[in-house]
Amino acid sequence: MEVDFGPLAKAGSIMGSGGMIVLSEEDCMVDISKFYLTFTQEESCGKCTPCREGTTRMLEILEKVTSGKGEMSDLDRLERLAKLCQQTSLCGLGRAAPNPILSSLKHFREEYVEHIVDKKCAAKKCVALIKYEISADTCIGCTVCAPNCPTECTTGTRKEVHVIDQDRCVKCGQCFEVCRFDAVERV
Amino acid sequence: MIDKMINLTIDGDPLQVPAGTTVLKAAEKLGINIPRLCYHPNLSIEGACRVCVTQVKGFNHFLTACSQEVWEGMEVQTNSPEIRQARRDIVELLLDNHPRDCQTCERDGNCELQKQAYRLGVRERIFNGERKRFPVEDSGQSVIRTPEKCILCGRCVRVCSEVQGVSNLSQHGRGFHTVVGPANLSNMDDSVCIQCGQCVAVCPTAAFLEKDHTERVWEALAMPRDVKHVVVQVAPAIRATIGEAFGLPMGTPVTGKLVTALRRMGFDEVFDTNYSADLTIIEEATEFLSRVQKGENLPLLTSCSPGWVNFLEKFYPEMIKHTSSCKSPMQMLSTLIKTYYAEKKGLDPKDVYVVGIMPCVAKKFEAGRPEQAMEDGMPYTDAVLTTRELAWMIKSYGIDFVNLPDGEFDRPLGISSGAADIFGATGGVMEAALRTAAVKLTGDELGPLVFEEVRGVTGLKETTLRINGMDINIAVSNGLTNAKHILEAVKHGDKQYHLIEIMACPGGCIMGGGQPYPPLDHDPLDPETARIRAKALYDIDAKKQLRRSHENPAIEHLYAEFLGEPNGEKAHKLLHTHYEARMPRGIR
Repeated sequence: MEVDFGPLAKAGSIMGSGGMIVLSEEDCMVDISKFYLTFTQEESCGKCTPCREGTTRMLEILEKVTSGKGEMSDLDRLERLAKLCQQTSLCGLGRAAPNPILSSLKHFREEYVEHIVDKKCAAKKCVALIKYEISADTCIGCTVCAPNCPTECTTGTRKEVHVIDQDRCVKCGQCFEVCRFDAVERV
Repeated sequence: MIDKMINLTIDGDPLQVPAGTTVLKAAEKLGINIPRLCYHPNLSIEGACRVCVTQVKGFNHFLTACSQEVWEGMEVQTNSPEIRQARRDIVELLLDNHPRDCQTCERDGNCELQKQAYRLGVRERIFNGERKRFPVEDSGQSVIRTPEKCILCGRCVRVCSEVQGVSNLSQHGRGFHTVVGPANLSNMDDSVCIQCGQCVAVCPTAAFLEKDHTERVWEALAMPRDVKHVVVQVAPAIRATIGEAFGLPMGTPVTGKLVTALRRMGFDEVFDTNYSADLTIIEEATEFLSRVQKGENLPLLTSCSPGWVNFLEKFYPEMIKHTSSCKSPMQMLSTLIKTYYAEKKGLDPKDVYVVGIMPCVAKKFEAGRPEQAMEDGMPYTDAVLTTRELAWMIKSYGIDFVNLPDGEFDRPLGISSGAADIFGATGGVMEAALRTAAVKLTGDELGPLVFEEVRGVTGLKETTLRINGMDINIAVSNGLTNAKHILEAVKHGDKQYHLIEIMACPGGCIMGGGQPYPPLDHDPLDPETARIRAKALYDIDAKKQLRRSHENPAIEHLYAEFLGEPNGEKAHKLLHTHYEARMPRGIR
C-alpha cells in the first residue's frame, strides 16, 4: 500500500503527522482502539454533543468488551456511535476520534468477537481476560517471584513449585517479568 | 443594495434566498422546521448540539443547518433515514447524561429537550451509561443552578454576555466533565451575576431556575387570619402575561381574573404595584425637576429595575450619583403596606405578610437587601413570586383561571393611572415620567399623553423632546448591553442626556426572567412576543380614565394624609434608598 494521504484514508487510517506505528500479532486491536479513544475522549473539549457524549459512551463499550462483559449487540452500538461521531462532530478531533474503532472493526472484527464470545484476548493484552499461572514442569522453586508479588499471592518454598492464588492476583505481571526460567505463563 | 440571490434545492425543491442565509432559515421558507436545541435567533450561532444536521451533496459528514450558509447550486437533504437516526441518537446521547426526573421537574411539559426527544422518536435508551454528577447550587437568593440538567447548549452563556453584557457564565472543565457556571464556579450571589434571570428564560431545560418562594407563601396563607395578615401586590407586567400560562393567546390582558384568583387563594388584600408605580413617578419626577433646575447630577437614571440596580452596583458604581434614589415600585408599596396601611388598619407590621407577584427574578434578591429592610431588620417584602410560580400555585389550587369573573383591586392601594400600567414595557417608565414632567414644566394640564418616540421594543431609543422651550434629551434602553453603550457615552461626555430609562431585561418587565415560558413553538426572547405583550399594556392604558400618575387621587391623598411633600423628609425616609459599589468577591 502506498503511504500517502489518499490511500491511507481509503484504508481507514489517517496520515496524521506522518508517523507510523507498526503493530504485530502481540497487539490486541480492541485494546489499541481503546488506547486511542481514551486519548480523544480526554481531549474532547466538550462543546459538541456527539464528541463529548459519544466518545464517552464508546469508551464505556470498549471497556465492557475488554473486561469480558461484552455482548454482540455492543458491536452494533459501537459502530453506530462511531459513525455518528464521525459524521456529526463539530471539529476534526471528533470526526477522527472513531477512526481506530471503525477501521479495526472493518479489518479485525474477529478480534472483537473473540473478546465477546470466547472471553479471550489472543494477544494477551486485556488484563481481565488473562491470568498468570506457574508451570509445574518449568518452575524450579528459585523463590524470586514470591517477594516481588505486591499482593503476596505467589507462594511456595525453596525448590518447590510455586503457585499463584488466582483470587488475590491483580495481574500486574511482576512474576512474569522476574522469572528467569519462563515458568510463569500468561494464559 | 439588493442582496445577491442564491439558488439551491432543499429536499429537491428549488428556492432562491439572499446570500448569507443559513440552511436553517432557508428551510423555514419552505415550511420545514429543522429540529434545533442550541440555536437561538437572537443570539450568536453556537453549533454545539448538532441536532440540526443535514446532508449536503458532496460531503461525507453532515453539516449543521444553523451555522451553514447557502451557496450557489447547493443540494440539501433535511430528511433521510441516516439523518433521522443521527438526530435521534444525538438527542438520546443528551438524555443519557441527563437526570431521569421529568415527572418531578419544574419544566415537565415545557422542556425543549423533552420536546425534541419525542419529536425525533427517542423511544428507547440504546446508549445508556455513566451520568455526570454535580451538586445543585441553590445558595443564591434568586437564581438556582442545577448542572446535571444542563445540556451545554450555551444559550445562558450567550445571553449573559451578548444581551446582558455581564459575562458571568462560562463553560468550565472539558469534555464529559464540562459544566456551566460563574467564574471559579462560585455561588451565584458571590459572582458578578445581576440576578436578571435571563439564563432561566433561555434555558431549554431546568438547569437554571428561580429560587422557590411558593412554599413560604402557602405557609403564610395557611396561618390563622389573626396571626398573619397576608397582603399581595401585583406588578404591572403580570396582567399582560399570566394568561399565557393558562393557554390564553399571547397579549390577553387578565387583570380582573388575576385579582379574583388571588382572592380565592386567600390573600386578605389584593393591592396593585401600579399604585406605587404612580408614586414612583411623582417622586422621580420631583427628583428630576429639581436636578434640572439645579443642573446637577444629570442625566437621571431610573431605578425601577433591580437587575439594572445590581448591574449599576457591580459594573458602574461611578454612575450611582446619577441614579434615582427611589426604591422600586414593589419596595415602595411594601414599605407603605407595613407602615401607612398597617397603621391605618391598626396592625402590627410583624403580623403583616407581604407577597409580591413579579415578572422578575432579581426582585427576590432586592426584597432581601438589608438597606431596604425595616429598622429591626425585617424585610418589607416577605416573599416574591415570579409569574411562573404564581401560575403554578393557581393551577395547584385548582382554580379555573380562564373562566374566573373579573375582580377589582382593594382600595386605596389598588388605584392607579394608565401611566403605571405601561411600566411593564420598555419605555413605559419614561413615558409615564414625561406625561407628568410635561404638565409640571408647562403648567398645562392637557399636555401630551402619548410619546411614540419611546415606544417599541427596540433595544435602544433616544430622542430630544422640546418641552416649554427646553430641549430634553432622553434615552431608553433595555438589555444591559444597550445600557452599557449609553453609560459609556455619558461617562465619556459624548452624549448629554437629561433622563435615561434602563431596564435590565430585553423588552422590559414583560420579558422578565420570571415570565411564563413561551409555548414550545416560540423562542424565548422573541421581540414579537415582547411587542404583543407590550401592546396589551398600552391597550389597558388607553382605556383608562386616569392617564397621568399625578392625577391619581389615591396618591394625592397619601401625600396629604401620610407622606407630606414629594421628596420630603418622610417620603425620603420611606421611599428612597441608597446604593453602594459591590465588587464581587475575588475581584475586590
